[in-house]
Amino acid sequence: MKIVEDFPPILTALDRPNSYIGRSVPRPNLARLTQGRGQYVSDTVLPRMVHVAYARSPYAHARIGKIETALAKKSPGVVAVVTGAELSKVITPWVGVLTHLKGIKSAPQHALPLDRACWQGEAVCAVVAKTRAQAEDAVGLVDIHYEELPAVTDMETALDAQTPVIHPELGDNLTFARSHEAGDVNKGFADADEIVETTFVFGRHTGVTNEPRAIIADWNPGEQRLTVYHGTQAPHMSQNLFAKHLGLAEQQVRVITKDVGGSFGIKVHIYADEMAVVALSKMLNRPVKFVADRIESFVTDIHARDHRVKARIGVKKDGTITAWEIDDLTGIGPYSVYPRTSGIEANQVVNLSAASYTCRNYRAKCRVVFLNKNVMCQYRAVGHPIAVAVTEGLVDLAAAKIGMDPVEIRRRNLIPDDAHPSSAPSGIKFERLSHHATLDQLTKMMKYDSLRAEQERLRKQGIYRGIGFTSFVEITNPSAAFYGVGGARISSQDGATVKLDAQGNISVHTSVTEQGQGAESVMAQVAASAFGVPIERVRVIMGDTDNTPYGGGTWASRGTGIGGEATWQAGKALRGNVLAIAASILQAKPEALDIRNGIVVDKATGNERIGLDEVARIAYFRPDTLPPGFQAEMIATRHYVPREFGFAFTNGAQASYLEVDTDTGFVKLLKHWCVEDCGTIINPQLVDEQVRGGVVQGIGGALFEQCLYDERGQMLNGNMADYLVPMAAELPDIEVAHQVSPTAESELGAKGAGEAGTAGAPGAVMNAINDALRPLGAKPLTDMPFTPDKILRALGRV
Amino acid sequence: MSGQIHDITLTVNGQEISETVAARVTIADFLRDNLGLTGTRLGCEHGVCGTCTVRIDGVITRGCLVLAVQCAGTRVETIEGVSDTGEIADLQDAFRRRNALQCGFCTPGMLLTAQELLTRAKDSGNVPSREAIREHLSGNYCRCTGYHAIVDAVEAVAQARAGEK
Amino acid sequence: MKPAAFAYAKARSLDHAVELLGQHDDDAKLLAGGQSLMASLNMRLSNPSILIDINGIAGLNVIAARNDQVEIGALVRHAQAERSPDIARHAPLIALAMPHIAHPAIRNRGTIGGSLAYADPAAELPACLVALDGEADIAGPQGKRSVKAADFFKGMFETALGPQEILAGIRVPAATGQTRVGFSELARRHGDYAIVGLAASARATGKRLSDVRLVYFGVGTAPTRARNAETAIAADAIDDAVAALAQDIDPPGDLQASGEVKLHLAGVLLRRIAKQLAEPRP
Ligand SMILES: Cc1cc2nc3c(=O)[nH]c(=O)nc-3n(C[C@H](O)[C@H](O)[C@H](O)COP(=O)(O)OP(=O)(O)OC[C@H]3O[C@@H](n4cnc5c(N)ncnc54)[C@H](O)[C@@H]3O)c2cc1C
Ligand code: FES
Ligand code: FES
Repeated sequence: MKIVEDFPPILTALDRPNSYIGRSVPRPNLARLTQGRGQYVSDTVLPRMVHVAYARSPYAHARIGKIETALAKKSPGVVAVVTGAELSKVITPWVGVLTHLKGIKSAPQHALPLDRACWQGEAVCAVVAKTRAQAEDAVGLVDIHYEELPAVTDMETALDAQTPVIHPELGDNLTFARSHEAGDVNKGFADADEIVETTFVFGRHTGVTNEPRAIIADWNPGEQRLTVYHGTQAPHMSQNLFAKHLGLAEQQVRVITKDVGGSFGIKVHIYADEMAVVALSKMLNRPVKFVADRIESFVTDIHARDHRVKARIGVKKDGTITAWEIDDLTGIGPYSVYPRTSGIEANQVVNLSAASYTCRNYRAKCRVVFLNKNVMCQYRAVGHPIAVAVTEGLVDLAAAKIGMDPVEIRRRNLIPDDAHPSSAPSGIKFERLSHHATLDQLTKMMKYDSLRAEQERLRKQGIYRGIGFTSFVEITNPSAAFYGVGGARISSQDGATVKLDAQGNISVHTSVTEQGQGAESVMAQVAASAFGVPIERVRVIMGDTDNTPYGGGTWASRGTGIGGEATWQAGKALRGNVLAIAASILQAKPEALDIRNGIVVDKATGNERIGLDEVARIAYFRPDTLPPGFQAEMIATRHYVPREFGFAFTNGAQASYLEVDTDTGFVKLLKHWCVEDCGTIINPQLVDEQVRGGVVQGIGGALFEQCLYDERGQMLNGNMADYLVPMAAELPDIEVAHQVSPTAESELGAKGAGEAGTAGAPGAVMNAINDALRPLGAKPLTDMPFTPDKILRALGRV
Repeated sequence: MSGQIHDITLTVNGQEISETVAARVTIADFLRDNLGLTGTRLGCEHGVCGTCTVRIDGVITRGCLVLAVQCAGTRVETIEGVSDTGEIADLQDAFRRRNALQCGFCTPGMLLTAQELLTRAKDSGNVPSREAIREHLSGNYCRCTGYHAIVDAVEAVAQARAGEK
Repeated sequence: MKPAAFAYAKARSLDHAVELLGQHDDDAKLLAGGQSLMASLNMRLSNPSILIDINGIAGLNVIAARNDQVEIGALVRHAQAERSPDIARHAPLIALAMPHIAHPAIRNRGTIGGSLAYADPAAELPACLVALDGEADIAGPQGKRSVKAADFFKGMFETALGPQEILAGIRVPAATGQTRVGFSELARRHGDYAIVGLAASARATGKRLSDVRLVYFGVGTAPTRARNAETAIAADAIDDAVAALAQDIDPPGDLQASGEVKLHLAGVLLRRIAKQLAEPRP
């Protein structure tokens, strides 16, 4: 494969001259990053900065007795040794609940616990020293008296009467439960010719961002202001929560986010050990830095996906699906994570299962229970990989049962492309989807028929290859329906300010943040197109609560669809402002002018009238020459949030082609395909790479990744040698293609694309493995990750 | 020379450096903390992720698994150094145009690792296959890209350097 | 994650290293490639008071074929061995194993001596040394001694090396026209330690194999010979050989696979290796 050259617009839905929409423009920040000249929080150094390391609980559940700190305090370089009780005088606790998740409950969580450690790895005592090494030296000298308590580690028995209750004041270990029923499920199953029932299990896994979590808090007592350098996805959310729990006004807190070494949902939550850092800085009146090391990351970065789903599907001989039923149980940590809660993933499983299909007889329930393991919360594609694998796993099993091709059963049951607007059995609403078009494109792209022929031929030689499909929807562009309505101060709107500088160049200040997905490029492309300048004349400013409009940041595939639209509108507004100035200079009508390629032109003829540099010069330095009463405006700000639909759903289809070594149980991935539909594509290359990266994260969950715990709640593989992340040698090439169904809610028409890959990949791999092994009579594999051990067992080889 | 503190002299990116270091300081920490060369990154500090990759006496090495004192008298090169000399300008440009990086945290390690493969391939007159590229990069973790774009970029440079275009 | 403080000394010679070890009792650690040691120090899993760096000792990085033997110095880097024509020719089993060890940057630094002295039960080289019936050359306060590979590996991360001893190098018999070798391992990801691996050697006379040595790794506390299976392979009875593994090895389960699965995989590897042994090497 060759490097994709930038190509002229092919996908643009927008009628602008010299548009950058739909072009693979290289990202402006890449040269810096390829030279190692990025600036991540872990690189940042401030005067008088000190480092914190934590004494962490070796037990999953223990009463904290006396904490002896005298020896540690004497250790070289140590500045302070701080316990939970001391820190609680500076920072208040929180409870991770939202009102729209009815009945969700959790217990107050402190920056450092007061009397009880509730998971192995929970920070119990902070040691601040001049260097990280010195802080670690002194951590070894802190003597904490623990009394080990029984740990709740099995989600299946967490609600049993004899199981201890982790937070007795809550009454039981149930965090959240929801049931949903639509259509006539009993009748649906009664009408079925075949009913397939199975249990899907998903391995608890985690984000393993290449740069671990990192934060520097700098309280300046003179200014009475806290500046936080934070590797986060949502600077304004962090600002709000730091202020709230330190008892400050938001104005007193500035959050700066420069380069972030990967986030994927890991860096969108409030972590107790990060709250401790802001409190420590306030306490010590100096900058305090915390960079989680990899061992800490494994036991503190949120985990996700620890779900067990019992599921049933009814199907007629002609392939019509007649009913669905799912029962999801998930074991989170000892606390629901703040502020997004740990109920969302299960809630999403209920919302998203069966969502692509016409059968509306759907019964679902979920239960979320507390465990003494590390906390769980939202990680890339929240709930999707589970809902998609369950749904698509059921569809494939049903197809196999009635002897129908997996593509054919999907064709017969997916919501027709002309049936929109429509909704899922869970009630979520779809503006416009293209399930059939994507599936058709997918089967063409992968040459489905010849692949089947090859599979058949190789089977005769004892080579077992499998083809697996998923069709799916992805939640993007979330409105306030996601968090805001539940009372969280997590903004669903984004803002953009576009400014003309004194040389006629522009800067875009956006509340969206860059995590590597390419938001900076997207904003530059959109602003350049909307305003009318070459992209080199656009500078993007992000990740600074002092210098960007208020907004949500980066999560739930929202940056381009929401923040991009705000930038589009602001760019247009500034064009209007600048044309008004130009018109008054030229004594023309603004409507008769346009800005193209950085020059004000006659709209009709394209004739050049005046350069932007000249407009800016007059506006800033010779406003005296403008007509009396005319005030030039060189800045425009716009905000945007979708209102009509709670979410802009996208859809897609994926296929996996793989080979199972039936002697060893090893799976070799041969190829992966994804066709997705994220509406208007601003930069095809960026979308493709979001999909590819996402697919590989999904493959990780399907084949490799799992946080293994023993019955006492000890994580057994919390390092990168034992926790298997996907590496280059095991992965296939991934082909990506698109359908384009723009959302009519915004002018750009862009939806999100960040999670489609992760949503659909695990189910596709699962279905492919089962497809490969079906002729051997193997029991279908539904327990991720699919290790050689499990595959050999399914084959009856051991 | 035996103790916890040592005076060392080494060449970093072509410049001679003399510093006093504690024995326990790794070359990666030394580059980052003493010299401010933060392009050498720390993703795991136990040898698995490859973000700390530097060249010591011309060969790529895990910077988190070598002590600074051990580098006395050696020639150390970092991503900043090879950027400034222009040695990998074509590779960097290919990464940029192919969007073979997202967050960029793995990128310095990837580039230095890929450069070793490319140099060896050039010396032996081969253009490495995609499989060989994947294998050579097998010790460098990237969470963002899924590797495909990285393989594309490295492959394109291998072909270009071999004069194949 | 930073290592606890330690002192550092650079050994000028083997004798100097032995002397330094003597000065610091059990508290000193030799530092070779550091590719295992430094990771465990960073994680504070061990806490020596001093590291004795042997990288500067001259003469320990030599690969030489002489007297029907291949000598490999302890400081030979994995990458050096991987690309050595002498090893490819005279110790083909080691050449086969090398690409499976870790990744390029680690092989550039890690040493043959370090891998053997570290004695990870899932590592490739210890099994190769046993399969080749090689010998370890050891330097210590009493001078030099040699230990047969079979006696060198004592258990999990445990060798015959005394507290003041250093592995100086190894010797393996040079391959002859009759030498057959086989190597195979199953690792989840390229460069990972294996779930199970097998290193094998034999002598071929026509179609007959003798002196069969089948050495498994990742199945116990140290490289493990499958003696009953060896006998069966020599008798060209592959099914019997696979069946015999149940007596030969008793792998404990680990994070990657249960013991049962490891035993099964050992059988799969044996069939693959039997094919390799049956073929003359090109
Ligand atoms: C990500 C990763 C993957 C890896 N994968 C594999 C793999 O698949 N297979 C594999 O075999 N290895 C693997 N390794 C380990 C690697 O091969 C190491 O280099 C090797 O095990 C140790 O060699 P070293 O020279 O680095 O020894 P060091 O780390 O320096 O030392 C290891 C131990 O041996 C002692 N020692 C070293 N040299 C001597 C000597 N001459 N005499 C006496 N004692 C000595 C040291 O004191 C120390 O206790 C991996 C390492 C990493 C980081
Ligand atoms: S930081 Fe050195 S390999 Fe990960
Ligand atoms: S680009 Fe983020 S880890 Fe590779």
